[in-house]
Amino acid sequence: MRTHTSTDARGRQTGRRHPLASIALITIGLLSTGGAYALMTTTASAETSVATQQSVNEGQKIFAANCATCHGMTASGTKDGPSLYGVGAASVDFQMGTGRMPLAYQGPQGAQKPLQFTQEQIDDVAAYIASLAPGPAVPDEKYLAGDADVALGGQLFRTNCAMCHNVAGAGGALTEGKFAPSLKGVEARHIYEAMVTGPQNMPVFSDSNLSPQDKADIISFLKFQNQHASPGGVDLGGLGPVSEGLFIWIFGLGAIVGVTIWITARPN
Amino acid sequence: MTTAQDTTTTKSPVAAPTRGSRFTGAVANYLDERTSISGITKELGRKIFPDHWSFMLGEVALYSFIAILLSGTFLTFFFEPTMTQVHYEGSYVGLKGIEMSAAYASTLDISFDIRGGLLMRQVHHWAALLFVAAIGLHMLRVFFNGSFKKPRELNWVIGFVLFILAMGEGFTGYSLPDDLLSGNGLRIIDGMVKGIPLAGTWISYLLFGGEFPGTAIVPRLYSLHILLLPAILVAALGLHLLLMVINKHTQYAGPGRTNDNVVGVPIMPNFAAKAGGFFFVVFGVIVLISSFFTINPIWNYGPYDPSPISAGTQPDWYIGFADGGLRLVPPGLEFVLWGHTWSFNIILPLIVLGLFIVLVAIYPFLEAWITGDKREHHITERPRNAPTRTAIGAAGVTFYAVLWAAAASDILATHFHLTIEAVTHSLQALLILGPIIAYLIAKRVCLALQKKDREIALHGYESGRMIRLPGGEYHEVHQPLDDYERWRLVDYVDYKPLMIRPDARGRISPVQRVRAVLSRWFFEDRISPATRAELESGEGHH
Repeated sequence: MRTHTSTDARGRQTGRRHPLASIALITIGLLSTGGAYALMTTTASAETSVATQQSVNEGQKIFAANCATCHGMTASGTKDGPSLYGVGAASVDFQMGTGRMPLAYQGPQGAQKPLQFTQEQIDDVAAYIASLAPGPAVPDEKYLAGDADVALGGQLFRTNCAMCHNVAGAGGALTEGKFAPSLKGVEARHIYEAMVTGPQNMPVFSDSNLSPQDKADIISFLKFQNQHASPGGVDLGGLGPVSEGLFIWIFGLGAIVGVTIWITARPN
Repeated sequence: MTTAQDTTTTKSPVAAPTRGSRFTGAVANYLDERTSISGITKELGRKIFPDHWSFMLGEVALYSFIAILLSGTFLTFFFEPTMTQVHYEGSYVGLKGIEMSAAYASTLDISFDIRGGLLMRQVHHWAALLFVAAIGLHMLRVFFNGSFKKPRELNWVIGFVLFILAMGEGFTGYSLPDDLLSGNGLRIIDGMVKGIPLAGTWISYLLFGGEFPGTAIVPRLYSLHILLLPAILVAALGLHLLLMVINKHTQYAGPGRTNDNVVGVPIMPNFAAKAGGFFFVVFGVIVLISSFFTINPIWNYGPYDPSPISAGTQPDWYIGFADGGLRLVPPGLEFVLWGHTWSFNIILPLIVLGLFIVLVAIYPFLEAWITGDKREHHITERPRNAPTRTAIGAAGVTFYAVLWAAAASDILATHFHLTIEAVTHSLQALLILGPIIAYLIAKRVCLALQKKDREIALHGYESGRMIRLPGGEYHEVHQPLDDYERWRLVDYVDYKPLMIRPDARGRISPVQRVRAVLSRWFFEDRISPATRAELESGEGHH
């Protein structure tokens, strides 16, 4: 470049312009802008693809060591575990992020347990699974803040979720040892992911069924319930009349029978 | 301890009456001349209450009923018993702007916007649970003590009616707030009613004023809940108490206590003071519980709408046995015959529970017929001294308890990490086997306890002191009982199986044979109390 400009300058000094100078200038201009553009865009994409590729590679390694026994080396599933093509990053983030995966044992339903991996490792596996086939991604933060319509969320929750999870989110029994877990203290992200991916025995609530805004409403309702202690005092587990009945028999009537014994006890 | 006789002795006034007592006397005289109330006061004031903790359970029920009346009156001031649809604009954020019935909205207002409303709601509901629980325990006490025997059979039946009314009151009250839980409960009742052959659908439409849920059920239940049922309940309660005064209280056996007297404390003044204090204790316990523990958090449940249903929907505890019956009935009992659907998965529980309830109601008459005992009984029986009755009671309690547990089958499954099928099948087996096992165990335990009592009455307690006789024989000294304790052990009615006797025409009717068989079942295994002769020879022995 510099050599060209210097020849230009020399040409001007001699008072003559090289006949090809204009063409050269245009060529240089086109080349530099196009090249710079191409260079900049390619470096940007190259950087991200390197990071994802790293993450995917890392995820694949973690997957091969911890998940492949049941899901197969290529995540295409075996008789012990389903194929993970198309389950998406959201599914991985939910299953591993709540400690359900890897499973402690094969059973009707994987139970929540202490996390086996760091969030970074989980993200890597999620990236790997997402790279295999398109699927639901980890949800956007804006749906998880819990500042949406609580009352509407409650209504949606009662219509769509309460038949298994109980109106107060206390959980409930399903058939053959399966169960809908309690929703107390579950992170907003995991609630959203569960709705999108339908983990274990839960049905999928797709975006055409419950829009992302509906999901945000439900999350807000659950957050509202979690954050506000029961106005009436200790809630006895939110189990409804069963715990109330046990309580009145054992502690209510128990206390009063104690008093009757005390009253009728003779002074000696 | 004062005997009935003692209470009649009056102290003659020593000093001249003061101004206060002159006034009291004048007022008493004024009232008595116009109402003859002194007769009642005399009768009631000298009513004797024997001292035993289990005799106070009925009082607990009475006092919780008073708490229910007081708190319920408060609630009627603010509750709107209509199903008009409104949009909630109260202070509970979780339901703001939601469409609901005025009944539910006003219950939310009571809970959040009316001062003391939530406490009153909780007092009302906790007291209701305690009311039915106390009635249940009181009935068990009366049953196992045999205190329903002549002349108290009618009072047992009245008490039973009170129990049913209390359940009816409870259920109608549970349905009033028109929240999701109560609506689910009503839907189950609607299903049960529709399951009645032929008339079911008609009854359901009559009850709900059209197809479920309609807009009529809350006002109708409200009339029942605050008018009709309480009126009958109060009347039956008055009769119950009146009969208790007329029949006198039963008492445990003891020296000086016979079938013809009652030993205890007269109602005036000490017992009344104690009972009044006890009322405040019961009320206090209810208010304490209501202050610290949530009951029926209707704000969690949302307004009723037939489409949603919640996992873990149960009725209040006293309706649980009926819910359990529905949960335990095996599938596949529904068929179509003569153009009608016969839902035996509903009819069967209705029949079984109906029979169970009727058996409870008529038990005193059944036992009286089987034993052929027409005497009056005023001595409280110890459960061990009526082994067959105690065993029947144990079987009944087990039957009820299994049904009761079945109403919580889903919660048992999730909380103990079991499958719901395993829980259901185990409870189905227990419903049949449990009462049989309980019957056998209870009967054997009673007989063993009777044997032990007889042994102690005859030979005294083992003292643990060994002596060696001059001949080298070792011997343990038995410590004899004092007369008070012995009385308790030997004073009970010893029944024997009835003999079949031909009637006037020399024939033995089949009814007589059945009666004899039942009587043998009741009294074949028995331990007689130690007789005087045995006691005397027994005392001489050691």
